Amino acid sequence: MNERLRIENLYKVFSDRPEKAMSLLKAGVGKEQVLTETRAVVGLNDVSLTVPGGAMYMIMGLSGSGKSTLARCINRLNEPTAGKILLDGRDIVPLKPAELLEIRRRRISMVFQHFALLPNKTVVENAEFGLKMRGVPLQQRRKRAEEILSIVGLGKWCKHYPHELSGGMRQRVGLARALATDADLLIMDEAFSALDPLIRSEMQDELLRLQRTLNKTIVFITHDFQEAVKLGTRIAIMKDGAVVREGTPQAIVADPGNDYVSAFTREVDRSRVFEASAVMQPCEAIGKSGEIQIVRQATGKIKRIGFALDSSGRVVGLLDEVAFSKLDAGSACEGLMSREFVKVRENTKLIDAVRMNGPQQPMAVVDADDRFVGLLQAEHILAFIASSPSTVASAHGVPNV
Amino acid sequence: MVFPMFDANDLAVFPVDVWIADGVQWLALNLRPLFLAIKWPIENLLTFNDHVLHAVPFPVFLILAFLIAYRLASLGIALFTTIAFVIIASLGVWDESMTTLSLISTAIVISTAIGLPIGVWCALNDSVWQVVRPVLDIMQTTPTFVYLVPVVMLFGVGTVPGEVAVVIAAAPPLIRFTNLGIRMVETEMVEAGLAFGADRRQLLWEIQFPLAIPTILGGLNQTVLTAMVMSVVVAMIGAEGLGLVVLQGLGRLDVGRAAVGGIAIILLAMILDRITQKLAQPATSKAKRSLWAAVCAALIGFRSKPATGPA
Repeated sequence: MNERLRIENLYKVFSDRPEKAMSLLKAGVGKEQVLTETRAVVGLNDVSLTVPGGAMYMIMGLSGSGKSTLARCINRLNEPTAGKILLDGRDIVPLKPAELLEIRRRRISMVFQHFALLPNKTVVENAEFGLKMRGVPLQQRRKRAEEILSIVGLGKWCKHYPHELSGGMRQRVGLARALATDADLLIMDEAFSALDPLIRSEMQDELLRLQRTLNKTIVFITHDFQEAVKLGTRIAIMKDGAVVREGTPQAIVADPGNDYVSAFTREVDRSRVFEASAVMQPCEAIGKSGEIQIVRQATGKIKRIGFALDSSGRVVGLLDEVAFSKLDAGSACEGLMSREFVKVRENTKLIDAVRMNGPQQPMAVVDADDRFVGLLQAEHILAFIASSPSTVASAHGVPNV
Repeated sequence: MVFPMFDANDLAVFPVDVWIADGVQWLALNLRPLFLAIKWPIENLLTFNDHVLHAVPFPVFLILAFLIAYRLASLGIALFTTIAFVIIASLGVWDESMTTLSLISTAIVISTAIGLPIGVWCALNDSVWQVVRPVLDIMQTTPTFVYLVPVVMLFGVGTVPGEVAVVIAAAPPLIRFTNLGIRMVETEMVEAGLAFGADRRQLLWEIQFPLAIPTILGGLNQTVLTAMVMSVVVAMIGAEGLGLVVLQGLGRLDVGRAAVGGIAIILLAMILDRITQKLAQPATSKAKRSLWAAVCAALIGFRSKPATGPA
């Protein structure tokens, strides 16, 4: 995992003379007490993060948690008080204004909550804004902006003005403006928070679609945990200027770690967060019938069920309880197995797995190479979705990343 | 024994009037080249405007006024403008009106040339604003008559010194509104500019100034109206124009003459106010009316409405 952005011990204190507040913070004094003692507002308190390249890194927190401050420190719209921000290993905190301009023009771009489109410029003029700042000639930047606008589905709206567009379309322009500069790091500051729920969901899907082809590194600020879970490859949860929990969405939902985080995870639709691999049951090999290997459910042996695999581990048939008893009696496997079975990839979300599930039959879970890895049953999915976070983590040993 | 009561007049020990009189006299004597230098561009521009406005034939003026009002505002205002000018002419004060209009148009040009840069500078630099702001406060709270005293001392009497007084009165609103407009630009807009790597100049010309234009045009409206008021008042120091008509009417107790001047002033003020106010309104329909469309509208007899942009 190559890291694109690393933030080390970042502090932001809003004050003309932050020294006293800083020394208090480093001594472990809380945000509230620093405010009463020095009248300095603490924005960030010792934040350290690592954002891998190509990640959709969600920074989630409520109002005043410091999430927007953190985002604005990354491109130095806010000047950090102390700490390092390493972009591809290069610290951007001590950069001179001219170098900072270059970074902002080429490496980091930003999408804003209220779009921040210029009302006096057309859609295409807005989209080419970053390129214009960089001094790209008109024809070249116009062509690039039109390309990007058609990618986000606004090819026909180039000549219109932002006020003629709906909220969702305006944010597409905001996104196009950020993508047009070819910056590899995108900061999205509550980019979808001002949109109504249906449009927001549509834009989230659009972003996921775009991300599959563009593969940018995205730092996405949100106050909506559902959004963080839906979009994120990793989530950092902030409170009072500090990161209180960091990890993959699955790990955080499975093990919130503290009450503050579990207040968010409680509402999460677990069937959309977890994948088949988190619930599937391991199987044990119980023998061979010719070239065919037979595997059987290893735990919870209420019913004897399993699958028949070929020599390279691919599933060829389903064996139910009746088949197993006939197998015990010495019949050949070929005739007993049912060739009608459901196969799901191990990274299938549970909700999708449920949709594919046949009546009363276990599903075979396979890896990327189509090899059998486990067995999935509807009752296990139901039990998993209904269980409380702490029991899930201990029962299935989801790695706490 | 009667103790003499302490009286307010006992405190009147400072001869401030003498000091100021001496100071102004000193300025007038020693800085004469400076005041001549200030007067020179104003005088030339004013003379030019005055000549042009008087030289344009009346029908041509009406058509131009209609087209300009139509382009900047709307068909209704263009019609109003034309009719108002016809009324002014029929009152028999056309020449005086043109003189007043030249005073105002000159004041607009000079106020803009001075006011915009100062306003922008104030918005970008807090310490400049700290200095300019009290000066503007003094200029705007000073009654218009009070301006006239130092202007007469430093620039003399007549139409050109009157124009100086008009400019001094008209520039402050524009400076104030320019400063305000730029400072009021949303932080998110400024952040968007910075986030995409705009330097200070790009930030000003691409983001701050364009977004401040509606507010600045509001300031321009104020400037025009202040110039209108002042162009009448400066008749007291010998400036020509509609103000002089009213002043003469007062001097001779000729109510009719004074009223004619007053009506013409009101009509002129309404024309200028309507046109500049329309300018300042946030443009919801961005469709710019072309001059050609205006000509068409005039020819077809104002029936067709101007084309609006896509909704």
